[in-house]
Amino acid sequence: MSWIDIGALEDIPLRGARTIKTALGCVAVFRTGAGEVFAASDRCPHKGGPLSEGIVHGQSVTCPLHNWVFDLNTGAAKGEDGSIATFPVRVESGRILLDAAELTARSAA
Amino acid sequence: MSKQRLIIIGAGMASGRVIEHLVETAPDAYDITLFNAEPRGNYNRIMLSPVLAGDKTYEEIVTHDDAFYCSHKIDCRFGQKVTAIDTAAKTVTSDTGEVLAYDKLLFGTGSNPFIIPLPGHDLEGVIAYRDLEDTQAMMGLGQGNRAVVIGGGLLGLEAAAGMAARGVDVTVVHIMGHLMERQLDPAAGYLLRKSLEEKGITIRLEANSKEIVGKDGKVRALMLEDGTELPCDLLVMAVGIRPNTALAAEAGLAVGRGIHVDDQMLTSVSDVLAVGECVEHDGALFGLVAPLYDQAKVAAQTLMGNEAAFVQKTLSTKLKVTGCDLFSAGDFAEGEGREDIVFRDPARGVYKRLVIEAGKLVGAVMYGDTADGNWFFGLIKDGTDIEEMRETLIFGPAYQGGVAADPLSAVAALPPEAEICGCNGICKGTIVDAINAGATDLGAVKATTKASASCGTCTGLVEQLLQVTLGDDFQMPTAQPICGCCDLTHEDVRRLIKAQELKSQEAVWQELGWKTLNGCHVCRPAVNFYLLADWPLEYRDDPQSRFVNERKHANIQKDGTFSVVPRMWGGITNPAELRAIADAADKYNVPTVKVTGGQRIDLLGVKGEDLPYIWADLNKAGLVSGHAYSKGLRTVKTCVGTDHCRFGTQDSTGLGIKLEQALWGSWTPHKVKLAVSGCPRNCAEATCKDVGIICVDSGYQVSVAGAAGMDVKETERLVDVASEAEAIDWTVAFVQLYRENAKYLDRPYKWVAKVGLDWVKERLDDPAERARLIEAFELSQSIYRKDPWAEHAAKADAFQPLADLKLEAAK
Ligand code: SRM
Ligand SMILES: Cc1cc2nc3c(=O)[nH]c(=O)nc-3n(C[C@H](O)[C@H](O)[C@H](O)COP(=O)(O)OP(=O)(O)OC[C@H]3O[C@@H](n4cnc5c(N)ncnc54)[C@H](O)[C@@H]3O)c2cc1C
Ligand code: SF4
Ligand code: FES
Repeated sequence: MSWIDIGALEDIPLRGARTIKTALGCVAVFRTGAGEVFAASDRCPHKGGPLSEGIVHGQSVTCPLHNWVFDLNTGAAKGEDGSIATFPVRVESGRILLDAAELTARSAA
Repeated sequence: MSKQRLIIIGAGMASGRVIEHLVETAPDAYDITLFNAEPRGNYNRIMLSPVLAGDKTYEEIVTHDDAFYCSHKIDCRFGQKVTAIDTAAKTVTSDTGEVLAYDKLLFGTGSNPFIIPLPGHDLEGVIAYRDLEDTQAMMGLGQGNRAVVIGGGLLGLEAAAGMAARGVDVTVVHIMGHLMERQLDPAAGYLLRKSLEEKGITIRLEANSKEIVGKDGKVRALMLEDGTELPCDLLVMAVGIRPNTALAAEAGLAVGRGIHVDDQMLTSVSDVLAVGECVEHDGALFGLVAPLYDQAKVAAQTLMGNEAAFVQKTLSTKLKVTGCDLFSAGDFAEGEGREDIVFRDPARGVYKRLVIEAGKLVGAVMYGDTADGNWFFGLIKDGTDIEEMRETLIFGPAYQGGVAADPLSAVAALPPEAEICGCNGICKGTIVDAINAGATDLGAVKATTKASASCGTCTGLVEQLLQVTLGDDFQMPTAQPICGCCDLTHEDVRRLIKAQELKSQEAVWQELGWKTLNGCHVCRPAVNFYLLADWPLEYRDDPQSRFVNERKHANIQKDGTFSVVPRMWGGITNPAELRAIADAADKYNVPTVKVTGGQRIDLLGVKGEDLPYIWADLNKAGLVSGHAYSKGLRTVKTCVGTDHCRFGTQDSTGLGIKLEQALWGSWTPHKVKLAVSGCPRNCAEATCKDVGIICVDSGYQVSVAGAAGMDVKETERLVDVASEAEAIDWTVAFVQLYRENAKYLDRPYKWVAKVGLDWVKERLDDPAERARLIEAFELSQSIYRKDPWAEHAAKADAFQPLADLKLEAAK
């Protein structure tokens, strides 16, 4: 694993998200109301909606375009046939860390 | 074998435990010399709070008294500080100048309270909460004195509650959004705040301290960042602790945030050990006694030459304030692959949340009923597999192995004297009797018994009773709850928010029994609107509870870009504005510039990252957001009116501009569009708007509830008035009535169809009610009538990606 620091926890609003640009597309980093952090593909498999712009509730996000709801733990869309890639994240001393190797390997797949 | 010399620095809770282990197991191993900066021996520091609250005396919390030290021949140096250590010569020097030699040295120096270096922090009357002296200073405050506590964590709240119990007027200032945020989630934090407020303590959240104001060298008030002054006679800072490591660092020990120790509690220098809050073990610091006692056991074993190793364990927290029953354990934040189980009982003020990961319980937060806390704590520590009992886990050990809880059988099992309606004190027996006597629906039960006739929270229970008593003869009503997160309709939620004065999202989730942590994309935007409409001063709009367009202040397009529509008041513009729009279109490569159906110009296809910059450019030309994206005022279309048109009867353009300037920025249940036409020819299409005004010779015909979208419907006449001012008043009052009553996402025409135009007319006909509505609207506008673009343009960073890993990944 090659963890890289992508920013401070408080740069993401509670129940909000920010994006990270990668060579293979945008990754959304979510912060829930309870403070957990999740990373997943920013692209909705339905029609490409930017998930980082959706409403974050519990440990889910709702796509802003047509309201598909994704479980951020698994990436599965609830009640729909589709899912998004999720990526390991760590938070250490208020900094958010992503695994760079994983990012490139998985978003390529 | 002659005894070795052990010098201990600090007679605290951790080193006290080491001494107990030593004198019990190996009384002949060491001659102990005990230094303590405080002029006393070891007492139970955590019980200072009961001493403060008056529930205990200092004498009752002494752990080791003179007799203890004497019988174990411990050489006590109380009130003496160790000031230097020579680890090569193996000596310590105290502040009396004495130099003593050791064979083994033990650090137990605890920690120092952190004092924020605000201007005035050194005034008399500014204290921390750490020792007996601080406690006595607080106990010295009499009835009617005022105290401010900075810090809403465990210590700050115990200090506040203790002083409040003595009749002191206490305000707690906390920088975060909820109390004890390290141990509690927002829901439990809400309940804790409520209990403390019931004790008369004032809580100010998200409050930044700026300066401590003094008079004659003594504290007089705390000034907040927003300019508020909180007068006080004593100011307690309880904002955290820092391991007390200065002496160790000077002596050359390896020190990070705390004194580095290994699993045997040995520091980096031979023959020197450390225990307690002053240490750092494997990156962790310690602030609760449970792990310190484990450390003490290990340190004693190491001193006796035995093998032992310190292992960090999960911790649990309780707050020692009477009536605030909370419990938190394990890890309930930060992490992947987790699932929540939430239980709320609004009537009893109970909230429980369990966090599960990979079939195991990893965290628990509880408020109001913590009886099962230790059982959950056990499951967390032992890593028990809970898959089997997942369904009933939240109900605690009593339910395990029993039948699954079914709400109907639970109601059926209640005894006749069980209270159902708390407001009116109606018990089950009374309701069942009424049902048997012929009250076979909710309305009839309400009318005959008063049950559920007040706040309505027991409606569900009454319906269940109807079902249990009548069986198949009773049809559960089909009123649609907002969504799966709750059992209440929009109308019920609006009513209860007003009746129970619920002023935060947490209050709604808890008091109305939400089944999820913080709602979903359906209910949260609605609740956010209801709260800001009813409590404009107490509640602030929450961007994270709004759909993307309203959060971004732009319409998202199907390709993820945005559209930008500046306001053109009443459809009027000028060459300077048009030039600014043209320049912006050039500068940001706007692919499409379109005239909208709302008499203004739309710049379509702007990149999200560019939004703050294009807004700043438009702002410079005096252009503000057109709110083309909001559930709020969109446009006021006008025609040219008397200024130019040969048929115009009144200044329709001028009235349109005035209306737009009065209403812009306000949030409403759905979007609101107006139009003003200068004569009945109606060139502004006023008769299909939410509010449409037709100017006539005798004045203004104000009509409402039109539609020209998915439905098409002509407006209905609300009133005819003679003056422009009256037309504005009636319009504003109508919009406010709509804001206060309509269901989220009902346009005015849908809402009026539900309540009836007659009801609306009746309300607005009353001059006092009209005045109240206008005043309420103005109050809300004092906060919301401003340009969101200007605000967001100043925070351009938030619109950029958090990081760009394109280069990183390519490497
Ligand atoms: C830009 C504009 C079309 C245009 O190019 O003229 C427009 C564009 C959109 N309209 Fe509209 N409406 C526009 C005038 C209208 C009008 C005409 C008017 O305002 O006089 C109507 C009929 C009147 C009315 O409001 O009912 C109209 C009825 C709707 C509706 C149906 C509303 C209803 O209650 O029936 C929706 C859907 C909704 O709001 O839920 C809608 C929704 C939309 C949205 C916001 C769809 C969306 O949610 O993304 C469109 C955004 C497009 C984009 O990508 O930017 N638009 N829309 C007009 C902007 C006016 C402005 O200056 O603010
Ligand atoms: C009001 C209050 C309530 C608390 N409530 C709880 C609770 O409910 N649950 C819980 O688990 N924990 C609680 N704690 C925390 C708990 O009290 C501490 O974790 C514990 O006391 C730390 O023990 P220690 O031995 O490391 O340090 P201390 O008990 O602070 O002892 C350190 C001692 O070393 C002395 N010293 C420092 N430097 C020198 C020097 N150079 N020379 C000589 N002496 C020196 C100090 O004067 C002090 O007496 C509470 C703390 C406070 C203040
Ligand atoms: S009518 Fe309105 S909502 Fe429909 S496509 Fe046109 S702009 Fe979009
Ligand atoms: S693009 Fe996400 S739901 Fe349609």
